[in-house]
Amino acid sequence: MKKRVWINLVMVVLVAGLFFTVSCAKKTVVSDATTIEDQAKAEAAAAAKAQAQAEAERIAQQNLEDQIASEKALKAAKAIAAKKRFENQDIHFEYDSSELSSMAKMVLKEKVAWLKANYSAVVTIEGHCDERGTTEYNLALGERRASIAKSYLINLGIAASRLNTISYGEEQPKDSDKTESAYRKNRRDHFAID
Amino acid sequence: MVSFAGNKRYCSHDMFNKIILFILYCFLGVGCSLFFSIPVYARDYDYINVSNPFLKKTPVAVTEFKAFNGHATEVKDGKTARYILKEALEFTGYLKTMNSVAFLSNPAESGIQLAQISFRDWTGIGAELLVTGGIVENQGKVKLQLRLFDTFKTKLLVGKVYTGSRSQIRQMIHLFCSEISYKLTGKWGVFNSKIAFVSTVKGKKEIFTCDFDGQNIKQITSHKSISLSPSWSFDGKWLAYVSYARGNPQIFIKNLREKRGSIVNYKGMNISPDWMPGQLKLAAALSFSGDQEIYLLTVKGEIIKRITRNWGIDVSPRFSPDGKRIVFTSKRIGTPQVYIKDLESARVQRLTFKGLNNTSAAWSPDGGKIAYVGIEKNNINIFVMNIDSGMPVQLTRNAGDNEDPAWSPDGSMLTFTSTREGGIPRIFVMNASGSDQRRLLRLKGKQTQPDWSMSKN
Repeated sequence: MKKRVWINLVMVVLVAGLFFTVSCAKKTVVSDATTIEDQAKAEAAAAAKAQAQAEAERIAQQNLEDQIASEKALKAAKAIAAKKRFENQDIHFEYDSSELSSMAKMVLKEKVAWLKANYSAVVTIEGHCDERGTTEYNLALGERRASIAKSYLINLGIAASRLNTISYGEEQPKDSDKTESAYRKNRRDHFAID
Repeated sequence: MVSFAGNKRYCSHDMFNKIILFILYCFLGVGCSLFFSIPVYARDYDYINVSNPFLKKTPVAVTEFKAFNGHATEVKDGKTARYILKEALEFTGYLKTMNSVAFLSNPAESGIQLAQISFRDWTGIGAELLVTGGIVENQGKVKLQLRLFDTFKTKLLVGKVYTGSRSQIRQMIHLFCSEISYKLTGKWGVFNSKIAFVSTVKGKKEIFTCDFDGQNIKQITSHKSISLSPSWSFDGKWLAYVSYARGNPQIFIKNLREKRGSIVNYKGMNISPDWMPGQLKLAAALSFSGDQEIYLLTVKGEIIKRITRNWGIDVSPRFSPDGKRIVFTSKRIGTPQVYIKDLESARVQRLTFKGLNNTSAAWSPDGGKIAYVGIEKNNINIFVMNIDSGMPVQLTRNAGDNEDPAWSPDGSMLTFTSTREGGIPRIFVMNASGSDQRRLLRLKGKQTQPDWSMSKN
């Protein structure tokens, strides 16, 4: 009888132990799950934050790049416009004259500014005439028109080595009409960037 | 013959010279009997003074050619030869070929030699000169017998026989025309001369040449650039011209037959070449010094000496016929004017005083006159000035822009550029007095800057 009591006692202890064991184990498991959840959340949040930050940085970078690009484009456009203006703006002369008018000098000063900003540019100054006068005389006159502009630019600080001249006389009229306005257009120095 | 004899070119010959000449001619006469020459006293006077501005055209009758064998090609070539002959004589500007409807006899049938001609038939219709021709043709070989008669003096002036191939008929006729010219004017005339000019091909200016009458056009350059200002050497073997083919304007000196030459390529501009008469040297305007000046150059382009020394445009030199002086354009007083410079003494004389723009001068072959271009109120015209009197005579008027005058080798004519037909520049010719202005060439595009070669005879 006594033996049975011991068995029962042991059983109780065992069951209780089992119970305890189970409950203990259960308790540990619950506590671990909670930590992992938090960690995942935190990680996700951190990731999201990082992503957002990266995105923001990317956008900022993009904005900056866009801005730089547009500024560059603007600058390039301005440079092209300035270059075009330099090339398209001729200076004009009176009939049978190779004197620089005040208007011509103004245009030449603008050309000096461009030449200083574009220090590697080399330019050919082409002298042209209207069709009146003979071929050979006009070749000579055209050369004088080109060289007077060259001297003027040299005096304003442009290196002579950057300035070439050529005369086309009456060979390349801009306007082949036989009117005063056509003659005026044709009596010119044209500036071509080499 | 109406009295053209007033112009005695050889009156300074003394009796001794005449005797020597006579003996010489007797010998020559034997040697040249083949050519029917009667050269005694041949050069004692000129029939025609080509530089006389009041020149009356002398009527000349050119008969049909006698075809000795009478076969079809011979007859046809005889007609061609006569046509070429009439065209050439008419071109001179001092001869007028008569309409054959008026002819009273036909030497092609009655005979083409002196004794066989009834001169009254010719004086009766007003022919002062008579040309007869005969043709013998055998297997493509052509023999031409050509004679020039003075109808009033019933005298043979020139008699020549030429042989060659059928394709050489034009050349043979022109050789005879040179003989006629020499007999009548004391000068060989234009018949063996050529004209160089600038013409646009696909928009680009290239150098071309043609015969005196605008025939036989040849393209000389193919630079596909701008080529300008052709100039013949005195012997017609060289041509100098300006081209942009290598960038800046440079002078190309080219031997036309031997395909050799050189390039004048100093810094700046190398323009307006002109050959010295009798020597292979050129004058040209170069700007390497920073100012356009005229220099004398060798045929290789080396500088012999500087001719002008003046700040201001100096351009377009043209030699006097003796090569001792040049006429040129200078802007030394502020407007372009024509000046003469003596190469020895360096003395400079201003020639033009009327108008604000006188350029492009050309010296007449007799040395006495300068042709040039004057611009007044946008009218561009050609003038001729007698150097001694300084009096300008206007040759073109109310007929477009007229530029680039150049003398024919005998001084009887001028070639020039005019825009009178449709505003496009074309090449024209006129007599030295300004009469008979007519277009020389029928070519597409623009033609400018003609230069007339010297005669090869």
